[in-house]
Amino acid sequence: MSAAQLRLNHPEAGILQIQMSGSWTLASDLPSSNAVEQAVQGAQGLSRLCFETGNLENWDSGLVNVVYKLARHARHADVALDLSGLPKGVRDLLELAETVAPHQGSSEHHPDSAFFAEVGEEAVAFVRSVVDILRFVGGVAVSMGRMLTGRARYRASDLFVILQQVGAQALPIVSLISLLVGLILAFVGAVQLEQFGGDIYIANLVGLGMVRDMGAMMTGVIMAGRTGAAYAAEIGTMTVNEEVDALRTMGISPIDFLVVPRILALMLMMPLLTLYADLMGILGGALVGTTLFDIGVYEYFRQTRSAIDLFDVFGGMFKGLIYGAIVAVSGCLRGMECGRSSSAVGTATTSAVVTGIVFIVVACAVLTIVYNVLDI
Amino acid sequence: MTSADPHILFEDVSVGYGDRLVQRDLNFSIGRSEIFAIMGPSGCGKSTLMRGAIGLLKPFTGRILYAEESFWDADRERQQILMRSFGVMYQNGALWSSMSLAENIMLPLTEFTGMPGDHAMEIASLKLALVGLGGFEDYYPSEISGGMRKRAAIARAMALDPETLFLDEPSAGLDPISSRLLDELVVSLRDSLGTTVVIVSHELYSILGICDNSVFLDTETSTMLASGNPRLLRDECENRQVRQFLTRGGQ
Repeated sequence: MSAAQLRLNHPEAGILQIQMSGSWTLASDLPSSNAVEQAVQGAQGLSRLCFETGNLENWDSGLVNVVYKLARHARHADVALDLSGLPKGVRDLLELAETVAPHQGSSEHHPDSAFFAEVGEEAVAFVRSVVDILRFVGGVAVSMGRMLTGRARYRASDLFVILQQVGAQALPIVSLISLLVGLILAFVGAVQLEQFGGDIYIANLVGLGMVRDMGAMMTGVIMAGRTGAAYAAEIGTMTVNEEVDALRTMGISPIDFLVVPRILALMLMMPLLTLYADLMGILGGALVGTTLFDIGVYEYFRQTRSAIDLFDVFGGMFKGLIYGAIVAVSGCLRGMECGRSSSAVGTATTSAVVTGIVFIVVACAVLTIVYNVLDI
Repeated sequence: MTSADPHILFEDVSVGYGDRLVQRDLNFSIGRSEIFAIMGPSGCGKSTLMRGAIGLLKPFTGRILYAEESFWDADRERQQILMRSFGVMYQNGALWSSMSLAENIMLPLTEFTGMPGDHAMEIASLKLALVGLGGFEDYYPSEISGGMRKRAAIARAMALDPETLFLDEPSAGLDPISSRLLDELVVSLRDSLGTTVVIVSHELYSILGICDNSVFLDTETSTMLASGNPRLLRDECENRQVRQFLTRGGQ
């Protein structure tokens, strides 16, 4: 195989002959066609472009591409094109490529990216997304009402599977994280309390911290990463596969069928998981207190009991309930508004987790202030 | 039946999933630059056989030879090289949805030939023009119609000028005119580039119109019932089922 070569000849006045020889394939180094393009544009009185391929060895799309480009240039410069010197296959492919006129309007297809245009579009998109969220939450509330009055269409077996997925199967990770958070709280508190001999107040710190806030908060974050993401990915994939549309056309509301069972499951399970996380956190604190700071196990237990009352526990569980609703709604919402491609599923999942965690923190701040005002 | 210049040869091939046998005892060959149809009723294992041929599913027994080289006996590296000479169009297009049409075609080009981006872009435009999608370079698969996605998938399958082009149900879900244009496209690609084309299909128009050779797979007996030129099979095959299939249940 010899290298591809391109030579220009002028056999007669007004005629430019392009001589191609060697092997013209995609994998080889092809000579630049710029010289020809310049010759076509610069020449005075050029009327015809022809080809000579007597020494051409093998060829593929590499050659077709060069000729295709030249053909466009020639047409632009009003130069006649004589393709008879090319192999028949190349001629056929050129003809095929030119049978359908190129689609016009590609430039309008992607909107211009001027700064103010983008700011405006982002603002409009933001307003639209707020409206979408409100509409979705409204739809969910209506569906919840239907469910409570027994008129929603969903499968009870689905609900139980989801309950298991978001409840029992989340126990290991909740145990691990809560235990560690309890340990960390105890250590952080102990360093300060030890300075004035108040070691025993580790129990108060850990107990109150876990029960009032950290238990619900950590469980909420875990569930946002675990369940919120799963909801968004599952419903998003169903949207991509037109499964959600299939439900709609059968007259089954996707919110009744897909969303409400998921939200209900998480709202039922989150308070229980929160209670469990509280206990695991207190256990973690007790581990540090009893082993490193010489507090008796019974003493620690008594101190914890005196520190927290039932309202603290219920307050924390109520926070858990709210976080559960936030995580489930953001997961389902992002899944339902997912686009039609695989990358859209990824975006939906990311967005579900981010939305979930942001709103958990916001809700935590609001609830803490409300509790404070109400003196709970 | 064997062709004069066999390009792909199936020897005693059995394919299936797990412990379920789908097709067994397949013996046929596909000639170079032939348009070959793998046909049969729905669910008979056409696509499964194709998955075996393109290296996605190891057959239970038998050999699949490409130019006398057995694909499944070759080592991993050699298989990769052989696979690069296949272009495959999957049933639903399988275009990468996060990439524009041009990027879909450019990916194999830049990956395997190391050509610079602007050159790959020109080739991608050419391939899109060949399938009648000139000007759609910047569109994403979700923004075009189903028929256009099929054609774009063929353009991607042709990106590297493959020796063998596998098309899984190319005309399913297309209107008759688009479907005929697609057939013409396949024929002109074969005529100009000498590509061997393997079509998995049960579209009679396409099979009878453009295929030079074919094999008929059966569901009940789990094996091939006939092979040969589909037009001859329609008129002369002794097997009633094959004739019925090729005449839409007539006779």
